[in-house]
Amino acid sequence: MLELIQKLFGKDSNSSKDIAKERLRLVLVHDRVNVSPQLMETLKDDMFKAISNYMDINEKCMEVNLTHTESSVTLVANIPVTSMKRGAMSKR
Amino acid sequence: MGEVIVITSGKGGVGKTTTSANLGTGFALQGKKVVLVDADIGLRNLDVVMGLENRIVYDLVDVTDGNCRLKQALIRDKRYESLYLLPAAQTRDKNAVTPEQMKQLCDELKQDFDFVIIDCPAGIEQGFKNAIAGADRAIIVTTPEVSAVRDADRIIGLLESEGKHNPKLIVNRIRPRMVKKGDMMNIDDIIEILAIDLLGIIPEDDYIVVSTNRGEPAVVNPISQASTAYKNIVRRLMGENIPLMVIEDNTSFFNKLKKIFNL
Repeated sequence: MLELIQKLFGKDSNSSKDIAKERLRLVLVHDRVNVSPQLMETLKDDMFKAISNYMDINEKCMEVNLTHTESSVTLVANIPVTSMKRGAMSKR
Repeated sequence: MGEVIVITSGKGGVGKTTTSANLGTGFALQGKKVVLVDADIGLRNLDVVMGLENRIVYDLVDVTDGNCRLKQALIRDKRYESLYLLPAAQTRDKNAVTPEQMKQLCDELKQDFDFVIIDCPAGIEQGFKNAIAGADRAIIVTTPEVSAVRDADRIIGLLESEGKHNPKLIVNRIRPRMVKKGDMMNIDDIIEILAIDLLGIIPEDDYIVVSTNRGEPAVVNPISQASTAYKNIVRRLMGENIPLMVIEDNTSFFNKLKKIFNL
């Protein structure tokens, strides 16, 4: 009832511009991560090179993906390690 | 050497052509030599907004195809001597011109004019790529609506990938009464979302419809709010530091009264 009165007097706490802003924020998170497959391949290559300095990994089984949830975007990488590189730790 | 400014938006109907016409005329009012280039090939409109539709002999594609010299295609404005229009072709499509040709055209116009203003077509395809090819800087027009702001964000990304950095934003058609009620996004909301610099704000103004009907840009009218807003933007583009205008709700009784007595 109170809500209805508030709405009548235009004092709705959940004003439509806030709804607009929140919807925009979410839709842009998704729009902005529309990265090309090429870029993902390059990223995968770079990650492979970097990680290979420390451990042996299986490039063929390596998976790198962007996952979208309601409010965020996460880079998820699944990289099977074959073996640790001897001496990798002492290099640093 | 002049400067090439492209007016773009992504979404159609947000006021690119109106903005182009008013900024161009505004520069002419400041004594600058300006040319307006209608890059919307196949859907030309800048000519009618400027009231120059009856004077077209040659168009942009005639120039790039070599059917005429650039000077022959330029139409001088009926009110201001230093204002010119290069109309778009109406019977061709966007693929009639290449980005390289547009760049060459802009470079040539820059030699003769202080400002070259390009009215970009809606969309992100060939027409957009042509329009931005020769631009030194970009102005993005948006309205306080979800769809227009989303498209503006996409355009910012595309401009960036084409090497056009730091575009400036114009927020058009603001309705102060709705903003006050919380039913329209305000300037801060939009700037926060798009994260680019604000160049100016234009209130929703009935006079824009009247001026388009007549074919004379609103900026000429001394009492229209939109006119003041456009004049401010012109001066900012010329390097002056002008504060943002306070948009008044002129639908209230008091403001209507003020307008009648021209206070």
